[in-house]
Amino acid sequence: MEVEVSGVTVRADATGHDIVRDIGFELARGSVLGVVGESGSGKSTLALALLGFARKGATITGGRVVVDDVDLLALPEKELRRARGSRVAYVPQDPATALNPSLSLATQLTEGLRLPRREALARVRSLLEAVGLPGDDAFLRRRPRQLSGGQQQRVAIAMAVAPGPRLIVLDEPTTGLDVSTQARVLEVVRELCRSRDLAAIYVSHDLAVVAEVADRVLVVYGGEVVEHGSLARAAHPYTRALLAAVPSSTHRHRLVPIPGRAPGIGADRSGCVFAPRCAHAAEECSSRPPLVEVPSGTLARCWRTAEVARSPRPAVVVDAAPPFSGDEILTVSGLNAGYGGRQTLFEVSFGLARGECLALVGESGSGKTTMSRCLVGLHEEQEGKIVFDGQVLAPRRDKDLRRELQYVFQNPYGSLSPQRTVESSLLVPLRHYFGLKGTEARRRAHEALDRVEIPTHLANRYPAELSGGQRQRVAIARALVCRPKLLICDEITSALDVSVQAAVVELLRSLLAEGLSMIFVTHDLAVVRSIADTVTVLNQGRVVEKGTADAVLSSPTHPYTRSLVAATLDVPDTFEHAG
Amino acid sequence: MASSTAPRRGSPTRWLLGRLAVGLLVLFLVSVLLFLVTQALPGDIARIILGKDATAAQVADLRGRLGLDRPLVAQYWHWLTGVLGGDLGTSLDNGRPVADILAPRVLNSFTLGLMSMALILPLSVLIGVFTAYQRDSLPDRAFVAVSSLFTALPAFVVGMLLIAFFATSVFRVLPGVSNIPPGDLPWWHPAELVLPVTTLTLMGVMYLGRLVRASFIDAMDSEYAQMAVLKGLSGRRVLFRHALPNAVAASLPAASLVAAVTITGVVVVEYVYSYPGLGTELVSAVNAHDLPVMQACVLVLATAYYVFNLLADVFTTLGRSR
Repeated sequence: MEVEVSGVTVRADATGHDIVRDIGFELARGSVLGVVGESGSGKSTLALALLGFARKGATITGGRVVVDDVDLLALPEKELRRARGSRVAYVPQDPATALNPSLSLATQLTEGLRLPRREALARVRSLLEAVGLPGDDAFLRRRPRQLSGGQQQRVAIAMAVAPGPRLIVLDEPTTGLDVSTQARVLEVVRELCRSRDLAAIYVSHDLAVVAEVADRVLVVYGGEVVEHGSLARAAHPYTRALLAAVPSSTHRHRLVPIPGRAPGIGADRSGCVFAPRCAHAAEECSSRPPLVEVPSGTLARCWRTAEVARSPRPAVVVDAAPPFSGDEILTVSGLNAGYGGRQTLFEVSFGLARGECLALVGESGSGKTTMSRCLVGLHEEQEGKIVFDGQVLAPRRDKDLRRELQYVFQNPYGSLSPQRTVESSLLVPLRHYFGLKGTEARRRAHEALDRVEIPTHLANRYPAELSGGQRQRVAIARALVCRPKLLICDEITSALDVSVQAAVVELLRSLLAEGLSMIFVTHDLAVVRSIADTVTVLNQGRVVEKGTADAVLSSPTHPYTRSLVAATLDVPDTFEHAG
Repeated sequence: MASSTAPRRGSPTRWLLGRLAVGLLVLFLVSVLLFLVTQALPGDIARIILGKDATAAQVADLRGRLGLDRPLVAQYWHWLTGVLGGDLGTSLDNGRPVADILAPRVLNSFTLGLMSMALILPLSVLIGVFTAYQRDSLPDRAFVAVSSLFTALPAFVVGMLLIAFFATSVFRVLPGVSNIPPGDLPWWHPAELVLPVTTLTLMGVMYLGRLVRASFIDAMDSEYAQMAVLKGLSGRRVLFRHALPNAVAASLPAASLVAAVTITGVVVVEYVYSYPGLGTELVSAVNAHDLPVMQACVLVLATAYYVFNLLADVFTTLGRSR
């Protein structure tokens, strides 16, 4: 075994609680271990601890990280520093901030190599070519900001591999990248591990990515390993619940959210960490289960795997709705738009039938954000025709039009005023659009909160006290109190964990069932499959394909759509059918 | 203040030319304002200048010399063309050309300002980096406390405290009055320069040092600094190669503003030490109702302030485009 990790524990200094507890695994050379967890699960803390590093305010209190027969955690500071890079290397989540903006690529790639400059440069050049980047002087002179996100990430990977480590730890390296860029980066990672006999640890919240890249998976929840093995053979109720919450790009099924909220640091750790949210919890779950091999072949930390295995959750496949024949609520024809003279949308045309959900699909730079800004009236520089409910839309609109067309923003952390309680955020549009005050306004606000399943006792909380999923549902409720005819959702699930995304997608689906029309802007084809009736694919500001969701996703005709579909990853669904 | 619109399109040269044009406009407005509050005030300026004992003939003579009998615009035009042609007029007090009076004063003041800046910049970086590196230690907390105190104190209070401490009651080691005889160059009298330079330096370092400290803390907490640690680089390299350049770059615009404030701050400090610079000249010109000298002093100070402000803008923009 190349890498042996055992008992790694990191404690928060302020509270004395463990952020991650007693983590252990083994890893052979050339193989990739995936570490999967939702936000707050401690996966990033674990990733850093593998390099003997803890962020300010945290301390590694125990455990061993043995790479090539050397225990990193037992090394004195100076030797640990030498081991970083040369034995174990790190690839950051966001290379845009992790690469130094003021140093050239050459400096950043060669520093710390402990080689003469000529040799160092030669090694860096060949590595850059190995990750698919030019290795010439002009490229090496560049600063990180002169690269695209995918290029930056490949530079970061080359930087990690350059000193010749035995283990590389990749912390969410493709989060924030487009699917096609992600596919290239994953290919680079796999190829490097194979050709250099490297062991890799791939940390991610994205189960599909981990299933694609990793040989085995470690599922982390509440700072503990709850399952270790293959996702396809998942036995732990948390892993299975996660898988049931992930949408698939190949078929439309009901997404099952996980009720409750992930445990924070300092939660009660005497029993099973997942028990409070577990559908299978029983009395014995109040004592902490060990991580043991279960019949499915994985290691799981659960007392009740036998019962869990007997109650498979068959995937409820939802049929796509029949094609809509009603009138169009929105018709966009020949729309051109741009920023400061630079055109970003070219002759965009599409229509949305009443009660339908249209997915506007595209990667970054495709113009989908400009498109939704044009629709909602936030963009001035446009020409073309947008007809909404029989009226031609201009960028300047009257009150009724603005009310009927509501927008939900991508980031629920920025779209709700931190100074207002949930209820008062909802009262603002009620007063503005309907002139409602007092009891009647409160009743309408609570009705909307009820609709998005926000419990009444949260109405007087501030956004900071809510989880990301709750905030996004409040943002949806704020749109709903306006009684809109059309809801524009701009990537509203991309900042959310899968278990929470499932709840929001199911909520949107039920709103659609009630007759609301919706435009869902996204880059995630799996979400498209689970919610959209029709799809319009944007590429470089032009519509390249449109049609029903089934037709576009199952048999795409345009080469761009085909590449997009091919690059989209799905979780293994074997367990759902095998039970 | 530094209101900088980044050059989105067009070349940096064009942006710089634009900024310069805006600067000239600002200076023009300053000159209009200056003219209005000095020469064009309601009331008989000549009478105010000469006092109530002056005879009508004297007042009429002065009005003629100042051109007060002509229309306002013509007065302004005459003054402006004079200034642009290098003729700042003659002093009403002693009849000498204003340029001759001001030249040594400008030299004295700029010596003071530049020497202070030469100390402020390295000291701020040193103190800022040291306190940031020793964050929350006793020296760091002491610096933060003392610097807030200094930021709250006006320059003349600091100056008087220094005089009290080093020139009068406690030590008596330095001259409390920095008299530099006319015709001498300021650096022939180093002892006289110590206290004024110290005052300006203290004020500057207390402000700029704190900014450097804050941006250095930002840089040390950044992800690229963490990444450098995870790459196994030495503490020294993380500090000096990764964190320091970014911290200094972030502080440069503030440094230029500190320079602007220091150059204009000499007015107060000079007065406290009776140092013969632009500031003291301005104060005595105001007391003597010597309009041409007053106008020239303010114009020189405004120009200096503008130049350093422009420098701050340029640094900010360079920092952003990097």
